[in-house]
Amino acid sequence: MKPVIYMDYQATTPCDKRVLEEMLPYFCEDFGNPHSSHAMGLQAKNAVEKARKQVADLIGADDPREIIFTSGATESNNLAIQGVSHFYKDKGKRIITSTIEHKCVLEAFSAMEREGFEVVKVPVLKNGIIDLQYLEKSVNDETILVSIMTVNNEIGTIQPVEDISRICRRKNVLFHTDAAQAVGKIKVDASLVDLMSISGHKIYGPKGIGALYVRLKPRVRLTPVFFGGGQERGMRSGTLATPLCVGFGKACEIARQEADAESSRLAELKSHFLKKIFDNLTKVHLNGDIERGIPGCVNLSFEGVEGEGMMMGMQDVCISSGSACTSESLEPSYVLHALSVREDLAHSSLRIGFGRFTTSEEVEYVSSKIIEVVKRLRDMSPIWQE
Amino acid sequence: MEYSKEVTDRYNSTKNVGSLDDNDKNVGTSVVGAPACGDVIKLQIKVDENGLISEAKFKTFGCGAAIASSSLITEWISGKSTEEALAIKNTEVAEYLSLPPVKAHCSVLAEEAVSKAIQNYRDKNRESN
Repeated sequence: MKPVIYMDYQATTPCDKRVLEEMLPYFCEDFGNPHSSHAMGLQAKNAVEKARKQVADLIGADDPREIIFTSGATESNNLAIQGVSHFYKDKGKRIITSTIEHKCVLEAFSAMEREGFEVVKVPVLKNGIIDLQYLEKSVNDETILVSIMTVNNEIGTIQPVEDISRICRRKNVLFHTDAAQAVGKIKVDASLVDLMSISGHKIYGPKGIGALYVRLKPRVRLTPVFFGGGQERGMRSGTLATPLCVGFGKACEIARQEADAESSRLAELKSHFLKKIFDNLTKVHLNGDIERGIPGCVNLSFEGVEGEGMMMGMQDVCISSGSACTSESLEPSYVLHALSVREDLAHSSLRIGFGRFTTSEEVEYVSSKIIEVVKRLRDMSPIWQE
Repeated sequence: MEYSKEVTDRYNSTKNVGSLDDNDKNVGTSVVGAPACGDVIKLQIKVDENGLISEAKFKTFGCGAAIASSSLITEWISGKSTEEALAIKNTEVAEYLSLPPVKAHCSVLAEEAVSKAIQNYRDKNRESN
């Protein structure tokens, strides 16, 4: 079998070998329950607390106790949205998000809506940045939560977190951000938010672990989603997975040390990739915002060709598409729809994700392959016009 | 999407891609599907004096299954009478290509393209008579 080139770093990332090495002792040797009070329990607890500090340091949290370990960003987002809505329900019923959030945020909001909360979804502009004026107007006295992602997973655009934070502070409303696609790629600052979701496997850590930052001063409170032994300050019961915590912590430490250098390298790869595509193909559209996007994510629409059809022409390359044919729901990307991307162009989109282990040779190969496949498919496309 | 070898083979070496002259009265043309839905098939047939389809060409915007279905059905209808071509069912295409259920509509579209192209050919010739 021909080797496969992985360019889908927004979907997941490979576990860094340094991360795996750090995790290994905690499976069979130092396997104690971090909540036990004997020697092995304490050993595991120390490892977990070290990891908690590493996570806190990456996102600029003042106190490691503000980090609540979860199973991943989906759980973190649910805990934040359901937990805050339930705890503060007597204060108000309006909760606000955006139209381009990850499904787990949108679905959590829908669940709250069914419970009687009033949900407002802030639209985005054509470049994928949220409409700040709309947000400002939407925050009323009844509002208890604003949840806006830091970086979008499909188009890589970076939201103006500082501006959103200012609006929320001024109106005294809690601000949660899903930063799963942002940490380790751009600098995130917990001091701007009240709650922040992050994920291990998006930053070269293991799958199955994430965290929710929950501000201590002033203290943010939430109702747990499930009940048990009261671990994680009562917010998330269940025995912590020590090896996963350790791996997540190590991944955060590496990200903190290497993110800057990595981002510059990825930015160079991205600009090289885009230049080659635009030099060789006409009628290619960039979805999102070139200036305000993370360096590792490119979302392009190629007029006249369908996304899944393109992917089939390069089966040795792992990328994804906003085409309906690649989605479970058979609907084209709702994110591109929210950006008012023409429907045929939503079907014609590819997301290419670069990351830590992407080489310039791979970028060269994949860009050539895309050009070749697009040209071939345009030749057989009834809607393609030069 | 996991496809059968039949789909992959047809996608990789498509047969009968191209166009025929729509001004020729022996040519019938159809365009089915919509860009906004993610698949469009343009199919053309040329019918000879014996009423047989001497040539079939297609152009398709769509996924691998849509491209493979178009290619396959143009192969199947070539050399057949229009009646025989109309008798080909989308289920035969789907079965031959082992299309997953979510891709059944690609074969439906291919069948529709054939029947509309034949209809177009018949309409054209009725007018000129």
